[in-house]
Amino acid sequence: MTTASAHDPTTVPGATAVTGSTAPAARPRLRLATAWLAGCSGCHMSFLDLDELLFVLAERVELVYSPVASDIKTYPEAVDICLVEGAVANTANLELALQLRARTALVISFGDCAVTANVPALRNLLNRDGRGGAEAVLQRSYVDLADGSGRHPHAPGLVPELLDQVWPLHAVIPVDLYLPGCPPSAERIAATLLPLLDGQRPIQAGPAMLRFG
Amino acid sequence: MAVVTLRIDGQEVAVPAGSSLLAASRVAGLALPVLCHLDGLTPVGACRLCLVAIEGQGKLQTACTSEALEGQVVATNTAELQKLRRMAVELLFAEGNHVCAYCVASGACELQAMAVTVGMDHSRFPYQYPLRAVDASHPLFSLDANRCILCSRCVRVCAEFEGAHVWAIAGRGRHCHLVAGLDQPWGEVDACTSCGQCVEACPTGALFHKDDSTAEKHPHPARALQLRRLQDLPPRPDR
Repeated sequence: MTTASAHDPTTVPGATAVTGSTAPAARPRLRLATAWLAGCSGCHMSFLDLDELLFVLAERVELVYSPVASDIKTYPEAVDICLVEGAVANTANLELALQLRARTALVISFGDCAVTANVPALRNLLNRDGRGGAEAVLQRSYVDLADGSGRHPHAPGLVPELLDQVWPLHAVIPVDLYLPGCPPSAERIAATLLPLLDGQRPIQAGPAMLRFG
Repeated sequence: MAVVTLRIDGQEVAVPAGSSLLAASRVAGLALPVLCHLDGLTPVGACRLCLVAIEGQGKLQTACTSEALEGQVVATNTAELQKLRRMAVELLFAEGNHVCAYCVASGACELQAMAVTVGMDHSRFPYQYPLRAVDASHPLFSLDANRCILCSRCVRVCAEFEGAHVWAIAGRGRHCHLVAGLDQPWGEVDACTSCGQCVEACPTGALFHKDDSTAEKHPHPARALQLRRLQDLPPRPDR
């Protein structure tokens, strides 16, 4: 099992080939995780659109953390591949991003929100001349646009605080692979994951793999 | 007709004197990436994507605005040029507010397609989130300046074919922006004939038909060339 210590984007986890003349032994199952930051969960829905390929995946990977397929709340150690959906918008997103980077060999920005910050980052337009930030967003959403009774929500420790600005994933942690799309189609997800299962780096070229939106 | 011969990416080509390097590269069967260029409009060299390396010249040149000259040796696709092109596209994405996910032009956008062409899987440059306006004062069309890449195709098509000169680019540097008339709401510009050619020529979703929603813009950029061909016809004797 690969360990998650060194971060080297040129290597692919699980690429250590079986050596010797023995019959091809079963490759150790890759430890796969999926994480959900500031996004609409559409990328995860697209992941579920893998349909029958999910059976293949289930045989070849161990899904160790995922909001759609597991109830585990703590991001585990020694993860091989993580698909990260969503931008980094609040303190919980940031914490999970840092944690999964430290514990994952290959981090994939999964979908336009992770790759470009996309729709969640529209609130960055409320930032003016370095002022504004989270306060301006709360003011606009909960007071200015309220029907007169609006006030700032205040529940410290209960709801994660907003960051002053929404960031794409690679702005806060090193990212090894980008999987754009809003959402990336199931075909695009398959074309990315299947080579990785065989220790190959997917070819990220052409409209079928790269087109935003 | 005078002809010049030159070598582009190792290939010998002969073109009429006065042709641009872009035209010559097409004769050689090459498809240089372009965003501001539109066949039929005066080239301006704004987008910097058609940069080429001419042997003996220290500076890279835009193929659309450079004349093909006798004996030139031109490279159009070196590793350096590929790097610069991708960088230019990343900068365009970082400079404006481009959100393909709900853009009117998604699927038909030349910027979106160019990101694929140059192999851009993300932007390495920080997004600027400039505060830009939407002008929906025109009864038929809208301008969303968030999506404008300042290619000036609209400026040129309006001036060169419609003769209306509605559009201009104002400001300097990152403050550059498109203005209608005397920096008026588009709907108040008397000179606008509502011909819609600017919308057809726009490579992104910056100019669009009001009726169009997400991914519903289907522009007709070849119209400019068709108009040019009509213009270049000899005058009809009965007029």
